[in-house]
Amino acid sequence: MLPAHLKTLARVHGEVGVQVTGNLTQRAVLDALESAYPVLLGTIRDRGTGKRRAFIRFYACEEDLSNDEPDAPLPGKVAARIAAGDEPFMVVGAMAGG
Amino acid sequence: MTQVRILAGTTKGGFVLTSDAKREKWEVSGPHFGGWEIYHMKGSPADPRRLYASQNTGWFGQIIQRSDDGGVTWNPVGNDFTYATEPGEHLWYDDTPRPFEFKRIWHLEPSASDPDVVYAGGEDAALYRTADGGSSWTELTGLRTHSTASQWHPGAGGMCLHTIILQEPRIFAAISAAGTFRSDDGGQTWRAVNRGLKQDGIPNPDAEAGHCVHHVEVHPSRPDTLFMQKHWDVMRSDDAGESWTEISGNLPTDFGFPIAVHPHEPETLYVVPITSDSLHYPPDGRLRVYRSRTGGGEWEPLTTGLPQQDCYHNVLRDAMAVDTLEEAGVYFGTTGGQVYGSADSGDTWAPLARDLPRVLSVEAQVIAL
Repeated sequence: MLPAHLKTLARVHGEVGVQVTGNLTQRAVLDALESAYPVLLGTIRDRGTGKRRAFIRFYACEEDLSNDEPDAPLPGKVAARIAAGDEPFMVVGAMAGG
Repeated sequence: MTQVRILAGTTKGGFVLTSDAKREKWEVSGPHFGGWEIYHMKGSPADPRRLYASQNTGWFGQIIQRSDDGGVTWNPVGNDFTYATEPGEHLWYDDTPRPFEFKRIWHLEPSASDPDVVYAGGEDAALYRTADGGSSWTELTGLRTHSTASQWHPGAGGMCLHTIILQEPRIFAAISAAGTFRSDDGGQTWRAVNRGLKQDGIPNPDAEAGHCVHHVEVHPSRPDTLFMQKHWDVMRSDDAGESWTEISGNLPTDFGFPIAVHPHEPETLYVVPITSDSLHYPPDGRLRVYRSRTGGGEWEPLTTGLPQQDCYHNVLRDAMAVDTLEEAGVYFGTTGGQVYGSADSGDTWAPLARDLPRVLSVEAQVIAL
């Protein structure tokens, strides 16, 4: 699931489905997403460092995965539910402002 | 038939304003890229249908958009502005070293001859070039690695490369707060050209770099004559930046951001005086453009059609432009969301749009349909 501005940029509606090969990790999910929608390159992860942008967070199954290691397998229950299509991997624009 | 097109970048999207040559009635389209900051939009002189826009937010970073049909439809192109060499360091506000870090593109300058060639000025200050319509960008590293770069500070708006003047192979670039730089070899090597600029508040006011240049303009017929609105002071150079002299003359205040040159009169200039560096609004709440027909020094206020009481907006550095019609048009946008235009070289003004978001940039195009 993408923030509204990134849906507009990628010209998609609703949730986006991507195919992930190998271990289900944060990096694998985001690599698959950027491969399918190259316009998202640099909008979620910094182009130079590859790190999560400061105002982006990752959630799934009501767990905050933002600070998990990018190459660590997603937690078992989370991975299973995402793989089954029961729950989205959520890319969220952090709430900020007044 | 002739169409005039105004490209207005704002903090909440880009707007395209169009009119016929009379410039009396304007149609506004937009917001394009609603909700994003559009620091700059500019058309190619070689193909006016080709437009470029710099789209950015703190959340999602930098996007470059391109239109091939005059702004009706847009497509994102390349956004990889990774530094080509080790970032190096500049000075932070407190004088501590800080690595260069890419934040956004402030200014896009398309080539006069090739619509696929564009130069882009970044924050932190760096210059990029594309030769494929924005699909890929290459940093011209000679500027960011200039011998003075470790002494550059950010201005209040960031350490931005905001002015690019193309006279290929000669290029001028201006950075806040570093100064003006000139390359005579297409951007490979650079020289600081700031002699004569004075800057209160820095240890050596005649320093080679460290000057808070707000904007620089040039008339195409006089490539060696540059006009500058500096943090304080309005300046000119008649030797391609080798030396500068002050032309503030009788301005009520010489603080401001934009400066523009009349398209057909190379000694006719426009500035918008702002009260001071701590009061970013016009003196006495009166929005006045000042025009000099003598290359500076002697200035006259232009007020007809502009608010002359209770106006406390600013006009930012890239938010003033001229068109090229015989009776020249002059345009500017305000931080209050108005875009004003004059179809008679500044004698009279009228709002083209009143209630846009904060205007960051204004550019004008004349199109033969």
